[in-house]
Amino acid sequence: MPAVSKGDGMRGLAVFISDIRNCKSKEAEIKRINKELANIRSKFKGDKALDGYSKKKYVCKLLFIFLLGHDIDFGHMEAVNLLSSNKYTEKQIGYLFISVLVNSNSELIRLINNAIKNDLSSRNPTFMCLALHCIANVGSREMAEAFASEIPRILVAGDTMDSVKQSAALCLLRLYKTSPDLVLMGEWTSRVVHLLNDQHMGVVTAAISLITCLSMKNPDEFKTCVSLAVSRLSRIVSSASTDLQDYTYYFVPAPWLSCKLLRLLQCYPPPEDGAVKGRLVECLETILNKAQEPPKSKKVQHSNAKNAILFEAISLIIHYDSEPNLLVRACNQLGQFLQHRETNLRYLALESMCTLASSEFSHEAVKTHIETVINALKTERDVSVRQRAADLLYAMCDRSNAKQIVAEMLSYLETADYSIREEMVLKVAILAEKYAVDYSWYVDTILNLIRIAGDYVSEEVWYRVIQIVINRDDVQGYAAKTVFEALQAPACHENMVKVGGYILGEFGNLIAGDPRSSPLVQFNLLHSKFHLCSVPTRALLLSAYIKFINLFPETKATIQEVLRCDSQIRNSDVELQQRAVEYLKLSSIASTDVLATVLEEMPPFPERESSILAKLKKKKGPGAVSVTELEDSKREGGELNGGGDRGSDTASTPSPSADLLGIRSAAPIGAAPASAGSLLVDVFSEAGSAFSPFLSLFLLISFHTMAKSLPPCPCIVCVWMAFPSFFFFFSFFVFTSMVPFPICSHPLSCGLSAPPSEDPAPPLSEADELLNKFVCKNNGVLFENQLLQIGIKSEYRQNLGRMYLFFGNKTSVQFASFTTTVSCPGELQSHILLLNVQTKPVEPLVEGGAQIQQVLNIECLTDFSEAPLLNIKFRYGGALQNLTLKLPVTINKFFQPTEMASHDFFQRWKQLSQPQQEAQKIFKANHSMDTEVLKAKLLGLGTALLDNVDPNPENYVCAGVIQTKSQQVGCLLRLEPNAQAQMYRLTLRCSKDSVSKRLCELLAEQF
Amino acid sequence: MQFMLLFSRQGKLRLQKWYVPLSDKEKKKITRELVQTVLARKPKMCSFLEWRDLKIVYKRYASLYFCCAIEDQDNELITLEIIHRYVELLDKYFGSVCELDIIFNFEKAYFILDEFLLGGEAQETSKKNVLKAIEQADLLQEVSHVG
Repeated sequence: MPAVSKGDGMRGLAVFISDIRNCKSKEAEIKRINKELANIRSKFKGDKALDGYSKKKYVCKLLFIFLLGHDIDFGHMEAVNLLSSNKYTEKQIGYLFISVLVNSNSELIRLINNAIKNDLSSRNPTFMCLALHCIANVGSREMAEAFASEIPRILVAGDTMDSVKQSAALCLLRLYKTSPDLVLMGEWTSRVVHLLNDQHMGVVTAAISLITCLSMKNPDEFKTCVSLAVSRLSRIVSSASTDLQDYTYYFVPAPWLSCKLLRLLQCYPPPEDGAVKGRLVECLETILNKAQEPPKSKKVQHSNAKNAILFEAISLIIHYDSEPNLLVRACNQLGQFLQHRETNLRYLALESMCTLASSEFSHEAVKTHIETVINALKTERDVSVRQRAADLLYAMCDRSNAKQIVAEMLSYLETADYSIREEMVLKVAILAEKYAVDYSWYVDTILNLIRIAGDYVSEEVWYRVIQIVINRDDVQGYAAKTVFEALQAPACHENMVKVGGYILGEFGNLIAGDPRSSPLVQFNLLHSKFHLCSVPTRALLLSAYIKFINLFPETKATIQEVLRCDSQIRNSDVELQQRAVEYLKLSSIASTDVLATVLEEMPPFPERESSILAKLKKKKGPGAVSVTELEDSKREGGELNGGGDRGSDTASTPSPSADLLGIRSAAPIGAAPASAGSLLVDVFSEAGSAFSPFLSLFLLISFHTMAKSLPPCPCIVCVWMAFPSFFFFFSFFVFTSMVPFPICSHPLSCGLSAPPSEDPAPPLSEADELLNKFVCKNNGVLFENQLLQIGIKSEYRQNLGRMYLFFGNKTSVQFASFTTTVSCPGELQSHILLLNVQTKPVEPLVEGGAQIQQVLNIECLTDFSEAPLLNIKFRYGGALQNLTLKLPVTINKFFQPTEMASHDFFQRWKQLSQPQQEAQKIFKANHSMDTEVLKAKLLGLGTALLDNVDPNPENYVCAGVIQTKSQQVGCLLRLEPNAQAQMYRLTLRCSKDSVSKRLCELLAEQF
Repeated sequence: MQFMLLFSRQGKLRLQKWYVPLSDKEKKKITRELVQTVLARKPKMCSFLEWRDLKIVYKRYASLYFCCAIEDQDNELITLEIIHRYVELLDKYFGSVCELDIIFNFEKAYFILDEFLLGGEAQETSKKNVLKAIEQADLLQEVSHVG
């Protein structure tokens, strides 16, 4: 039974709650609830009008059921009814129900808003507060539309009660957060800022949250708040603990307000006015001094409140980052906390020091605490505190302490919690790379990492060590030796085998002089791991073996035997079988010269941002890795890759293709191990997207060279197939660009020998995306690949258009049988008339480097949604190219802009009020929300952009008429950006429904 | 503050207050996840933890956990005292509050919270003022009852 029942207890409710509590099982509870729901439903539906008390009781029961986690689909209306009750308690329950169970049902919202409006104008402060609480709790856009202009008035009115002001301030804050475009402070700004001077501390406490939020968005308009905040803070800080009466909390004067004031100041740079600044520095010093005073109470609330202010002050000091004296004092204070008996304080000190570590003034001071932090990493019992310690070690790391920190982190890894291992591994890998002075240390560190936490070493980490070893001559021998030793362990992690296979395959020769690591010993060592490994690793090892055959001819017989055995050559895994077959063949038919060329050492990797840093950033989210850190690592990463003896070599590697032709005509493509496939993509292309022209060209040249020098089978496919990892990655490239290779009917070449289809290809997967680029513009490049560029120029008038298509041959080779076809699929034929007006017939031959032109006349018969298709076919070398694009002819091209006044606009808007005439979409901004950009796009759309129509200047409204042969379609558009949420709401009303729908689809992709 | 949850040691949710718009489904998911995470922590552990991109501040009072989710720039310690002040308010109002009071008078718990925090920010930190507002409201109910 209820322990206490204040006010007017609702007995029925208490009984019901008791019943629920007495239910022995979930089923019993559900049964009881269903019974109650049925009862309430019948009461609500019954003929007898319910009195206010019963209504309140039932609504309250429904609320209780909802809060238990059950769905409630009725009772909203009854709750709304309660809002207009003149009994406070009924009204209160009504508001509570609405606040918890908001429903976007527009009918109800209107009724709710009405009730709120009545209460706001009632001049009864308790009612006003209830209404304001409800708005703040719901905070919907509809409410913002209804009340955003009213609330500032209440907030600053002279006769408003303090408690109402408090609610109004925070209510406005909530509305500003959801609909910033609707809350216009304008004329109120200065009066709101002056609330900081209000006599009532509660009003200041509430108002400052609003001011802080507004200041973040409009710092200039609110900057007068700085001096007011400083003087308010100064008065609080210097007050005796009893001065502020009930606003003193456990002997700390106004802790919440102090924190909020310090937080507000963090929205601004240090005050320019010397006097204000002096006063503020004094405050900050006083706060730091107070931390050293003996506590006025033993209660934890006292120290928490006091330290809350201290930490907020330290945040401000770090934010200013300009007072070395304060920064060092802050650092010392945090240093004391590092050893405090309160876990919470140790946690916060570690967290706060992390930001101090990045300031040049305090970096050194932070470093003096290294031992304490290392100790925390080892001894803290709470994983979240250890995590903070690890973060701080990472932040305080520099060249001087890198070895110590990395060693400590490595040893911590052995016992670290699983939840943070992966991140720790990344951090160690980054620090090791960033601060490596000698690369043997770097190699040791990464190999240790794999040894200790191999499962958590992501691909990026081991790719990176290979990149670095390949780019630095001076560490290759050491790497080979170390990895060879690491592989001696009876159980070593698969990642170690991968690194081992790759490095020995490339640089095993550097340690082959030592009989303890002779070629055969190396091979046997690698092969002893083979059977324990997964398929990708085995594939990598097979590639390492073929590299061995080139490095050490004496291993050829042994390796061939391994490749020849059934478990390889008949392996059920296609990839492994293919490699075994082809490597075996390659090793037996190719001359040593050819082998040496094909399997030459990998060329250095081009410079790029460290992939592990990118991974850490992704893991931690943006902002986790500071910009300076990034730039640092780029710089230092560059040193790693480009520096050293191979500098001159790397310089010629990046893309100028002319150089490549000269320098690398026999370029080493290397039998890259299996995973090198993904490694290559990782290295050569950004985010695995387009293939770099460098790589494609590079491969072509190499394969051409090889094709010539391989007499037994002059088939480029065979050579290619000998490098399965390349094949898999570049088959895509071959299929899409149809590089003209001689193709024979060798059984292995199945994929490539199939004759290309003569039917027009289906539209490219990106055809829609390409089309979307042209919705708001008429000219530009529609499509481009390695061979072909297609440009477009177009103009439209009324329902007619003319489009010029330009086809450019980007290669130096002639395109043969060049044909283009424009078609209207399906129904579209009856909607658009396309006339091919060839100024001159498209030449079947397009010379290398030449451009040809085609003209299309377009007539819009009636509105349409699909786009016409453009198919292009030609032969490049021997291969047929066949690609289909969507022609960027969209319905909006036939817009005639219509200027109209605000009055006319809204009249027409209302006329188009049938639900199907309207199409609306709310979507996230994909592009800049800059006003000028938006305007340009809307003008490009073809409509008239109407100024001074929408009451909200942030919104855009446009009007236009679409001209088709059969009819004219009037269209009105409204675009409402929400800069804070980075969202738009787009509404279209057209006299034809299909047009609203299509325009809405098209436009939603534009912003 | 983005939301506040009160739940028992058995993981039963006793009060939920959301200051950001979320779907019911999302709310249930968050609640489930957080209740689990917090209940799994040992008594002496620190009161703060990182969770998604938020900071969680929690404290246990007898059989009830009070748990707040705050944003990156918010102050953990002052949030801890927000929790404490709310507990003090409940305690003063109910007279040595226990979990049962909050179960049976959940609506009061919400009303007190609304007087103290609004839109996720402290509205009135004076204990006296908050209780005065609530008592006035209670008085209004008595009056209307009589009338």
